[in-house]
Amino acid sequence: MNARAKIKARVNARGRLLLTGLTAALLLGGALLAGHGMDAALLRPRFGLAALPPGPGYPFGTDALGRDLLARSLRGLETSLLVGLLAATASTLIALLLAGLAMLGRAADAIVGLAVETCIGLPHLVLMILVAFALGGGVGAVVAAVALTHWPVLTRILRAEFQAVLTADYVIHARRFGHGPWFILRRHLLPHALPQLAVGFVLMLPHAILHEAALTFVGFGIAPARPSIGGLLAEALGSLSAGWWWLGVLPGALLLAAVLCLDGIASGLRAWLSPRVAEA
Amino acid sequence: MSVSAAGAARLRLPPLLAFLLRRLLRLALLLVCVAALAFALARAAPVDPVEAFLGPAAAQVGPEQRAAIAARWGFDQPAPVQFLHWLGQALRGDLGESSIFAAPVAQVIGERFAASLALMLPAWILGGALGFGLGLAAGAREGGWLDRVIRLYAYLLTALPGFWLAMLLLIVFAVWLGWAPVCCAVPPGLLPDQVSLGQRLAHLVLPVAALSVLGVGPVALHTRAKVAEAMRADFVLYAFAQGAGRAEVALRHAARHAALPALTILFAGMGELFGGSVVAEQVFAWPGLGRAAIEAGLRADVPLLLGIALATALFVGCGNLIADLLAQAVDPRQRRRA
Repeated sequence: MNARAKIKARVNARGRLLLTGLTAALLLGGALLAGHGMDAALLRPRFGLAALPPGPGYPFGTDALGRDLLARSLRGLETSLLVGLLAATASTLIALLLAGLAMLGRAADAIVGLAVETCIGLPHLVLMILVAFALGGGVGAVVAAVALTHWPVLTRILRAEFQAVLTADYVIHARRFGHGPWFILRRHLLPHALPQLAVGFVLMLPHAILHEAALTFVGFGIAPARPSIGGLLAEALGSLSAGWWWLGVLPGALLLAAVLCLDGIASGLRAWLSPRVAEA
Repeated sequence: MSVSAAGAARLRLPPLLAFLLRRLLRLALLLVCVAALAFALARAAPVDPVEAFLGPAAAQVGPEQRAAIAARWGFDQPAPVQFLHWLGQALRGDLGESSIFAAPVAQVIGERFAASLALMLPAWILGGALGFGLGLAAGAREGGWLDRVIRLYAYLLTALPGFWLAMLLLIVFAVWLGWAPVCCAVPPGLLPDQVSLGQRLAHLVLPVAALSVLGVGPVALHTRAKVAEAMRADFVLYAFAQGAGRAEVALRHAARHAALPALTILFAGMGELFGGSVVAEQVFAWPGLGRAAIEAGLRADVPLLLGIALATALFVGCGNLIADLLAQAVDPRQRRRA
C-alpha cells in the first residue's frame, strides 16, 4: 500500500466515526425533541385505553392506567440523560480536583490513592445505596449518589497522566527556567488533561445513566409523577406475569438504543479530539 | 508498606508469603477506611437513630425515655467515639441487631450471603467458562465472523442495563415458554422442608442464567485480546509451520497464555458480580444479600447497612487479593518486580 492510499484509509476510518457520531447525535436529539413535543394528555391516565399492546397509534402500547408508554419512556429518557450529564460533569470535576490535589505531595497523593481504593473497594451499587441513604432518599439523593460515585477510575487515569507530564523533560526544563507552578498548571498540565477529561466524561455518561436506572429500579427515588426508565421498569416487573411484555421490554430497549447512540457520539468525539486513537 | 517490607526482608520470608502479608495488612487498612466511610455516610443520614431503633413504637415513647435510650445505646456520644465503639464490636463479631429482620446482623448477613452465593458461584463459574470459551473462539480467528459476533455481544452487554436483561429472560422463559418459575427461591406457600431439591434447582436456573450472561462480557473481551496476541506470536507461526491446525494451536498454546489473565479478571470482578446479583435478586425476588442491602437502605436499618458494606468490601477485597496472588504465584516476573 503506498503512502497516499494509507492516508486515505486513515481519513476514511476517522470520517466514518465522525459520521456515526453525528448520526447518533441527530437520532438522540430527535427522540428527545419528539418526547418533548408530545401531547401531555398522553401522560394522563385514560382507563378506556388500559394495557393496549403496541399497535397503530400506540407504538409502545399503553400501561395499566392507559398512559402512552412511548411518551412516558421518552420523558424518562430525558430524565436519564439529564441525570447522566449532571453526574458525569460532577464526577469529572471531582476527578480533576482530586488528581490535582494528589500532585501536591506524597501525603496528599497517598490520601487520594486511599480515597480511590476505598470507593472502588465497595461494590458500586452498595456505595450508591449508602450515599442515597445518607442524603435521605428521593430523586435528588439518587442524582447525587450517581454524581458523587463515578470519579475514582478517572481520578486514577488523570493522576497517572499528571505524573507523566510533571516528570517529562520539558516540564522539568520549564521549572529550571523559573516558571512557577501556576504557569506549569495552565500551560502544561491542563492542555494535556483536557482531552483526557473530555474522553473520561463521555465514557462516564453511559455508566452514570445505567446506574441511575438501576438505582431507581431497585426502589430509590421513584417519583410517580416523574417517569424514569428505571421506575417504568420497576412498575412493569409486577405486571409481567399478566403478559404485558411491552411494559418491560420497550422502555429498556429505548434506554439501550440511547446508550448506543451516546457511545456512537463518544467515539465520534474521540476521533475528532485525538485522531491517533481513532486510527487504531 | 515499607515497614512490613523491611520486616519481611529481615525475617527472610519467602517472597510470596511476604507479599501475602503485605496485602493482608493493606486489605485490613482498606476495610477500616470502608467502615469509616460507611459509618460517616450512615450518620449523615437524616434519620433519628432512636426512631429507627423503636420503629412504629416511637409514637408511644416520651422524651425522657428517648433520652434514656439514646444514652443506653450511645447515640448521644460524639461520632468518632461511636465509630470506634462500633468497630470494636464488629471486630468481636458483633455487628448489632437488624431492625427489619429482628435478628443479629451477623446472622442475617450469613444467611443472606449463602443465598446470594447460591446464585453467584454457579453464575461465576458458568459465565467465566463461557466467556473464556467465546474469547478463545473469537481470538483464534481475529476478524472472522465469530469474532465480530462475540465482540458485538460483549459491546451490547456494556450498553444495556443488567436488570433489563434479567427481565427479558423472565419474560421469555418464565412467562411465554413457562419453562421456569416466575419468582422467588422456593414455590410460594410451602414450608422450607416441603420443597424438593428439583424445585430449588428450577428456581435457581433463571437468575443464574441472567447473572452468567451478564458476566461473560469482560472475560470474553480480555481472553479474546490475549489469544489474538498469542496467535500473532512467533512460536505460533512455528507451530503452524510444523503443520498444526488453527484449533489445535489455539487450544494448546494460546489458551494457556490467556488462562491466567482470565482468572485474574474473574477474581477481580467480585464487585460487578455482586452488583449483578443485587439487580438479579430484585428481578427474581430472590432472598439474598443484595435484596437485604436494598431493604436496609430503603427502610433505614443502619446496623444492617453497615454490616453489608463491610461484608461486601471484604468479598471484593478477597477477590482482588486472590487475583494478585494468582498473578504472583504463576508469573515469576511479577515477583521480581515487586
